[in-house]
Amino acid sequence: MNAFDEMQGTGAGAARPLYERVARWLSESPPETVAARRAQAELFFRRIGITFAVYGESEQTERLIPFDIIPRLIARDEWALLSKGLKQRVQVLNRFLNDIYGPQDCIRAGILPADLILQNPQFRLEVVGRPPPHGVYVHVAGVDIVRTGERDFYVLEDNARTPSGVSYMLENREAMMRLAPDLHARYRVAPVETYPDQLLATLKSVAPRGARGDPTVVLLTPGRFNSAFYEHSFLADKLGIELVEGSDLFVRDDKVFMRTTQGPQRVDVIYRRVDDDFIDPLVFNPNSMLGVAGLMSASEAGNVTLANAVGAGISDDKAVYSYMPELTRFYMGEEPLLNNVPTWRCREPSALAYVLDHLDELVVKEVAGSGGYGMLIGPTASKTEIETFRRKLSASPEQFIAQPTLALSTCPTFVGAGVAPRHVDLRPFVLTGADEVHITPGGLTRVALVEGSLVVNSSQGGGAKDTWVLDD
Amino acid sequence: MRLRIRHSTVYAYEFPIRSAVQLLRMTPRDHEGQYVGAWRVEIEGEGRLRAGEDSLGNVTHALYVDGPVSKIRVTVHGEVDVVETHGVVRGAIERFSPEVFLRETSLTDLTPDMLAFLAELDPQGADRLAFLHRLMAALFARIEFRAGATVTETTAGQAFLQKQGVCQDFAHMFVALARRAGVPARYVSGHLFRHEGAIEQEAAHAWAEAFVPDVGWIGFDVANGVCPTDCYVRVAVGLDYLGAAPVRGSRTGGGRENMEVALSVAGKVQ
Repeated sequence: MNAFDEMQGTGAGAARPLYERVARWLSESPPETVAARRAQAELFFRRIGITFAVYGESEQTERLIPFDIIPRLIARDEWALLSKGLKQRVQVLNRFLNDIYGPQDCIRAGILPADLILQNPQFRLEVVGRPPPHGVYVHVAGVDIVRTGERDFYVLEDNARTPSGVSYMLENREAMMRLAPDLHARYRVAPVETYPDQLLATLKSVAPRGARGDPTVVLLTPGRFNSAFYEHSFLADKLGIELVEGSDLFVRDDKVFMRTTQGPQRVDVIYRRVDDDFIDPLVFNPNSMLGVAGLMSASEAGNVTLANAVGAGISDDKAVYSYMPELTRFYMGEEPLLNNVPTWRCREPSALAYVLDHLDELVVKEVAGSGGYGMLIGPTASKTEIETFRRKLSASPEQFIAQPTLALSTCPTFVGAGVAPRHVDLRPFVLTGADEVHITPGGLTRVALVEGSLVVNSSQGGGAKDTWVLDD
Repeated sequence: MRLRIRHSTVYAYEFPIRSAVQLLRMTPRDHEGQYVGAWRVEIEGEGRLRAGEDSLGNVTHALYVDGPVSKIRVTVHGEVDVVETHGVVRGAIERFSPEVFLRETSLTDLTPDMLAFLAELDPQGADRLAFLHRLMAALFARIEFRAGATVTETTAGQAFLQKQGVCQDFAHMFVALARRAGVPARYVSGHLFRHEGAIEQEAAHAWAEAFVPDVGWIGFDVANGVCPTDCYVRVAVGLDYLGAAPVRGSRTGGGRENMEVALSVAGKVQ
C-alpha cells in the first residue's frame, strides 16, 4: 500500500516545502546528538511520570508512551480546512444529541433507523426530555482524523464521551521545546499552551444559569487506578481546579457540594471523567463506588452541569457514526467538510454478506468498541483470527461495522535503524461552550511504531509526536 | 374496588449514619381504571423530600437525610380506586415508543436454557396475545414461588436456572423472554390486595407488562399466573427492577443496616 508521506508527499524526491527545515535539521544532526536527544526524551517523560496503564498486560500495568522527537507538521491552510470541518462536525453532534433526547426529528425523517437509537444501551432513557444547560452535550471532543492524501482527511471516530490524550498534546510540546529548541526556532509554531485556559472558560460558560458569581468547577476522576489518572491530575493542576473522587462530593437537596477543610462548598460544573454507568448509583449501576448518589437529581433540577453530558456516548457508536454525512445535511443543510470512512453496517443483511466475503481486506470493529480493542484488521490478520471474527459476525451482526483498510499517511520517525516512515493519525481537541467552539491549533499525533502497522493506539504499542500547526 | 395502602419501610443502623440519599418511586399515578385519592409520602424525623418525575413518567421523591440519625422511616399511604380492565393499561403516561422496551438489561439476561424453553412456546406465532399467555403459564408451571430464594441482584437467567424465585424474578424472566420473541415488555412495581385476607404483607408486588398492537400494554402477574385485576395498583414501570424499584438508596456511615417493611393492603368493594 502506497501511503502519503507527511514529509515526502507521494514522491520519493525532495521533501514537501513545509518539511524542508525538518529535513535539513535531520541531515545536520549528527547521529550521537540524535541518540542523546532520544535518551533525554525518555528521561523527561519518566521524570514527569507521564504513563498510560495498559489493560491486559499483567506484568507491567503502566508504561511510558514512546515519544518521537520528529514533529508532525500541519500547514496553516491544512489546519484551516481541518478546523472548519471539526467545528461543523461537533455542531452536528450537539444538534443530533439535542434531537434524539428531544423531538427525535431525525428518526421521524427516516435519516437513521429507530432501533439503532432506541435500543442502543448508550441511548440513556434517563435523560430523555432533559436537555443539559445551554444545550451542550459534547463540551470536549477528541476527534480522530487520518490522512490518505494531500487534501484527503477522514474522521475515524468522534470520541464524544470522555476523550483522553490532551495531556500528551501539552507535554509533548514541552518536551520538544527542551529537546529540540533549535528546530522549534526555525518555525513559527502556534501555541497549544492556551488549552487549559480555554477548557476552563468553556466549562465555566456552561454553568447552570442560576449559578452565582464565578462558577466552581471540579474534575471528577474514577481515581488513581484509572488508566488516564495521570491526565486527570495534570489537567486539574493546569486548570487550577480541585481533582475530586466521588466520595469528595455529596448531594444535598438537589445541590452538589464538595467537602473541603472549610466546610461544604457548592459545585456548579463537573468535568467528569467517570462514565455514565458509574456516575450515580441511584440511577445507573447501583454498585458503583465511583459516582455520587443524587447527582442525576441535581442535574435534572438544573443545579449542576456535567461535562460531557450524560448520554453523549451514543454518538461514539460506530453504526451511528456511519450516518454523520446524512446527519450533517439534515441539521446543517450543508455538505460535510470532513470525510467519513465508508462503513458497512453489518446489521444490514446485504452489508453483512459483503463483509463476510471480504474479511481479509476490511477492518471490522465492534460498534461499541474503543481503544483499538476487539477489532480485526483483515489484511494482517491470521486465518484463525478471521474465522473467529466470521463466527462473531454471524452470531451478532448488529454488534459490528466494517471499513476499508485506509492507507494512513506516514511520518518520518526514529526507529532502531535510523529514520523510517511510520503511520500516524491526529486527535485534535474541540471545545464547545455556551456561545462558541474553540479548537486548539495542534493535537495529539499518534504513531504506530511497528513497521507497516496501522494501529496507533497507545494501548496497542503506539507512540506519540508533537504536532505543530504552523503560523506561516 | 377501593384499595387502602399503607407501606412503611424502616432502616435501622448499627451506628448513626452521617447522611443518606434515597430515590423513591412509591407514588402511583392515575390512568384509566386507576384513580389515586389522597396519597402521602411521610418521613419520620429529619429528612427532606423533593418531588420529581423520571423520564418514564414515574413519580419520584429524592429523600435527603442529614445525620447523625440511627433510623429512617419512610411511610406512604393513601387510597386508590381501581376498576377491572382485564390487565389492559390505557391512559398512562407513555413517553417512549414501545420499541424502547425491547432492550435487554443485565437483570433481564437470557441463557441457552431459556432460549430452548422459549422455542417450545411458538414465539413467532401469529397471535401475540396467545403467545404471552402461553409464556406466563409455562413460567408459572416451571418456576416455584419461594420467598427468600433469590436476592434483588438475581438476574432472570439465574432465577430460571434455580427454578425458584419471587415476584421480581418471575417478572424478569417473562420480560426477558418476551423481548427475545420481539414483544416489548417492561417491569412493573406495585401493590396487590390478596383476597384470601392477608392484609398484612411482607413485601410489595411486581409483575410485567407486554405490548400488543391494537390493544396496548397488558399486565401479566406471572408469579400468580393471572392478568392484573381491580386488586392491583400500578406504582412504577421500568426496563427492569432497577428502573422501577420503590427505593434506591445510598448512605455514609452506619455500619450494618436492618430493613423492615410493614405493608398493608386492604380492599373494599364499592
